[in-house]
Amino acid sequence: MIAAQDRKLALSNIGVAYTAFLLGTLCGLLQVFIRNDAIQLPAWLDYYQILTAHGVLLALIFTTFFIFGFFVTGMSKSLGNFGPKVRLVSWIGFWVTVIGTVLATAMIVSGEASVLYTFYAPLKASGWYYVGLALFVVGTWISSFALVSHYMVWRKTNKGQLSPLFAFMTITTIILWLIACLGVVATVLFQYIPWTFGWVDTIDVELSRSLFWYFGHPLVYFWLLPAYMAWYVIVPKLVGTTVFSDSLARLSFVLFILFSIPVGFHHQLTEPGISNFWKFLQVMLTFMVIIPSLMTAFSMFATFETAGRKNGGKGLFGWFTKLPWKDIRFTSIFVAMAFFIPGGAGGIINASFQLNEVVHNTLWVVGHFHITVGTPVAMTFMGLTFWLIPYLTGRKFTKAMQKLGFVQIVTWSVGMLMMSTAQHVLGLLGAPRRTAFSSYNNHASTLEWFDGIISSHVTMAIGGSILFLSAMLLIYIVVMTMFLSPKAVKEKDMVEFPMAESGKASTPKFLENWWIWIGIAFALIFIAYAIPLGDMIQHAPPGAEGLKTW
Amino acid sequence: MAKYNEAPEADLKGTLICVFLVGLVIVVMWVAAYLMYTAR
Amino acid sequence: MHFHKYEKIWLVFGIVALTIFLGVVGVSAFSHDHTPAGGMHTIDPKKVNETAPFDKPGVTQLDDDTYQVAIVAMAFGYTTPEKLRVPAGKEIVFHVTSSDVVHSFTIDNTKVNMMAVPGQITMKSYTFTEPGKYLILCNEYCGTGHHMMFNEIEVY
Repeated sequence: MIAAQDRKLALSNIGVAYTAFLLGTLCGLLQVFIRNDAIQLPAWLDYYQILTAHGVLLALIFTTFFIFGFFVTGMSKSLGNFGPKVRLVSWIGFWVTVIGTVLATAMIVSGEASVLYTFYAPLKASGWYYVGLALFVVGTWISSFALVSHYMVWRKTNKGQLSPLFAFMTITTIILWLIACLGVVATVLFQYIPWTFGWVDTIDVELSRSLFWYFGHPLVYFWLLPAYMAWYVIVPKLVGTTVFSDSLARLSFVLFILFSIPVGFHHQLTEPGISNFWKFLQVMLTFMVIIPSLMTAFSMFATFETAGRKNGGKGLFGWFTKLPWKDIRFTSIFVAMAFFIPGGAGGIINASFQLNEVVHNTLWVVGHFHITVGTPVAMTFMGLTFWLIPYLTGRKFTKAMQKLGFVQIVTWSVGMLMMSTAQHVLGLLGAPRRTAFSSYNNHASTLEWFDGIISSHVTMAIGGSILFLSAMLLIYIVVMTMFLSPKAVKEKDMVEFPMAESGKASTPKFLENWWIWIGIAFALIFIAYAIPLGDMIQHAPPGAEGLKTW
Repeated sequence: MAKYNEAPEADLKGTLICVFLVGLVIVVMWVAAYLMYTAR
Repeated sequence: MHFHKYEKIWLVFGIVALTIFLGVVGVSAFSHDHTPAGGMHTIDPKKVNETAPFDKPGVTQLDDDTYQVAIVAMAFGYTTPEKLRVPAGKEIVFHVTSSDVVHSFTIDNTKVNMMAVPGQITMKSYTFTEPGKYLILCNEYCGTGHHMMFNEIEVY
């Protein structure tokens, strides 16, 4: 059991995460019904305001706070309890992040920031929205520095040793996050804030978009890597084996530092201001970042096969039946992984240069991130929640809760399958994303899109409703395990942190020489971005004035 | 110290088939998208 | 660092597949001109209506086989003086910009899916094969009326 103060820190993070989850999923429910033309919002509430809240609360707030809750617990567990300084700095980071969150959310609620979570200029929200976002990022940096210094203390007292796999992966994710945020911090600090507070009149739109996407793509890896951590470090323990290969796990993680950042242009393939050469170069780099995911797929199946065979599975696939399917901590994550197969494949299509024209800004993209961050990542976090909260509170994860957990995971899977399939199909037909209900004056094409059994607003709404039901079940489980479930007094009722052993004997030491990876990462960023961004700044058009079009 | 790393002779035939199924999903989806692109 | 024999097979397969994907899109893009919408020309977003070709938005025939279509996207519509009509089987070069916020100019069921960015001119060349009436819509969020931002192009 980790120190009580560390548990409190982790629980506070998880508490904020699930508060955001509750509000964000409620927004999601409203959205599917508006798109179905089933409800109309009162005049003081706007579809795009709800959409902004949904994106910010779930993609940014829920993920980030949960990730830090998970990191704090795992770092304390694998490296030892936090010292007083690390703890203090962590709390400062937590509160700064919370203040940023509250400020940004207040601006969205008051209707001053219906600019979606991508906040593309020259849509001009209240300056305080951007200040809120900046504080949010700064807060995560402070929390990150606390974790890094905890790690450095460990390194100093354990000279020449490779750190535990959990700590290694945490540091990888943090390095990725710190480098990624440089882009969004640059645009918010030097472009948005001076512009929204009226110190300058105009903004260079294309530059702000490019800096945003420099951040925007590694952002998705900041969500994904903690899920991968669970897959690499937690899952082997749940299925009763050890990490398949410590060195390959570490190698795949450092590859993410290298290749998840210099790739932002693949979100900008259909826009002007970036030449085809640079777009294609970043498409190639994007394809490089697929390789560590291919390695991960192999490691996962190998973990399952090894464990299943150990438990008596015979033949080619006998091992599959020997996996602990009745353990919701495992089954949830397994389903999450399964969703990532079409999710990842769809991502390859999105990044395939001109193929992007077929799907860009259509509902396909919405379907895509609901089966990447919305299920593989979110459902992995759910699978972690089932033991993480009881572990931190010292309460039981009762039989009733376990059963409810199954219902929750099944409903999330079914709801997501319906909703995201509808979205993928509708997107391929041409239906745009980010729109309130519209039939474009009953245009023939529009009517055709929504005419299918799968490709209909009804399927999307049923899926969305099931998802909301599932979200509320999860909130119930969270509240129970956090405050109400009986305390575990007997040894057998204690919930453990399932951390698998990882053999480091044949892991090369250079994998933990961070300066190599940071150096190569910056070199690649320089190659991919220096010239096109330089051109953009040098040949900048007169800036655009801000507008509040909502 | 026990060697946790996978021994080279470990039987992972099922794994190989599974990852190739993943590969099949990727290739089929990509080719379908490419054909949709060329048809437009 | 040890790779299992099967993992090597899998990674070689994966890398070869990804290389083929890249090769296919790369050759198609750069030697058959199938590049996505783009362009390096800039424009003063406050002077869009005075800058060619957007001072005369709409369809212009350039030569026997080429037509130019200039479009200004703005909240919440596209400035076109009359109905947009273009012939099938001819190369149509779209020039799109925005006079306010970011929009898109997207023609349903075609490869025309262009971002309209204030300060920049987006270009895309496309040849319609089927006559008919095509829906044009904005697929980048631009404000309260975003879902009302559409138009139509007739291919004859």
